[in-house]
Amino acid sequence: MRDKAVYILGILGTVLMAWNLHTIFVGLGDEAAQGAIGKMLFIHVPAAITAYTFYAVAVVCSVGFLVSKDFKYDSVAVSAIEVAQTFTLVNLVTGSIWGHIIWGIWWTWDLRLTSQFMCFMLYLGYLLMRPAIVEATQRATMSAILAIFAAADIPLVVMAIRLHNVRTQHPAPVLETGGVDPTWRLPLLMGYIVLVLIGSALVLVRLRQETVHREIDSLRRELHAI
Amino acid sequence: MKQGLLAALFIARKDLRTEFRTKEALNASVSFALVVLLLFSFAFDLGRDEFYDISGGLLWLVYVFAGALIVNRSFIREVPNDCLDVLIASPMPPWALFLGKTVASFVLLLIVELVSLPVYGLFNNIQWVHAFWRLFGVMILATWGITITGVAFSAVTVNVRLRELMLPVLHYPLLMPLLIGAMQVSTALIKGEASDIGQELRIVVVFDLVFTSLALYLIEFILVG
Repeated sequence: MRDKAVYILGILGTVLMAWNLHTIFVGLGDEAAQGAIGKMLFIHVPAAITAYTFYAVAVVCSVGFLVSKDFKYDSVAVSAIEVAQTFTLVNLVTGSIWGHIIWGIWWTWDLRLTSQFMCFMLYLGYLLMRPAIVEATQRATMSAILAIFAAADIPLVVMAIRLHNVRTQHPAPVLETGGVDPTWRLPLLMGYIVLVLIGSALVLVRLRQETVHREIDSLRRELHAI
Repeated sequence: MKQGLLAALFIARKDLRTEFRTKEALNASVSFALVVLLLFSFAFDLGRDEFYDISGGLLWLVYVFAGALIVNRSFIREVPNDCLDVLIASPMPPWALFLGKTVASFVLLLIVELVSLPVYGLFNNIQWVHAFWRLFGVMILATWGITITGVAFSAVTVNVRLRELMLPVLHYPLLMPLLIGAMQVSTALIKGEASDIGQELRIVVVFDLVFTSLALYLIEFILVG
């Protein structure tokens, strides 16, 4: 059943992505001020929102683990965070390429860039800490707590970004200001949907690894007991 | 509730007394702060006005580095002789143990900050006396944020391999909003342009409130499981 879901989600995501890329590159005109590189938006923004979606899933599952002590939640949380990390990296790298062409630099310590990088670092700490805890229940509990702490931090970072005296060169978030052309809206939304589909397929693959990992662990412990 | 607070006070006094007898963390932290200040003098070659522009940022870098050494010790101190297990098994609620440890670390870090502030001003030729009391207020607010999250992470990492490495990796990114606020307010205060700092101060206060309540609520899961 899960195998089938992986294939269905993966194939659906890939086909829709191909169709969406066709629309973006053939169907739509270039952005007036930026030229072709402006189309980076269709990867950059959906990747960020997809990452946040999976972070949100991870936090809900982390709370679920603390409440129920069911390891399934822990597995989903770690899988979702790994996938979210990937999309955060996609967001950072595409933004960097865009910055190199439009700003002339790969990176600047603009608060938006910094905060996204910080988000990446927070959850990187999560992934680094997991293998350092040997005992499974403790690992899951500490990971869940870390995920919740990190999630509580993100709204504060957003608050910090909106300080009046912080200068930014980053374009205002187009979705908040509504400053995006109506013909661009559907491909943007579609970009988000395809990434969520592909991301979900990845989470399922990762979830199976996690389940197998846990089984091997318990077998090893059983062997040890004998 | 009242008994919990009393227990917290007891733990804080115990931790402070142990620390004042050995001065392990305190000495290390103060000398580390001095070393960082020394390193700044090599790292930056700035004019007077430029240095004032980054004064708050540098100050909080010193504090947060020194803070890592203090919060690191907070729970690890209890590991030898299985003291931590005894504390957890004792009738006091886990939040009281955590609160007591946080208060102790808070006092220690505040001492380190108060010692290094004049040295910082002296080395870098920065006038801070005119803004001392307001700066002290910011120090209290932001130091509380640093210690409450730091001690919580110290509890999280107490059974982790390579915990000394893990703690800063987990702790520093989390502190970013707090530090942005504290650094900007401090710079404004030192420069004497403190008319418009409400927004930054609000971030520091919100950070304190959010993480104090979150940590006090979650500490039972961290310590007891």
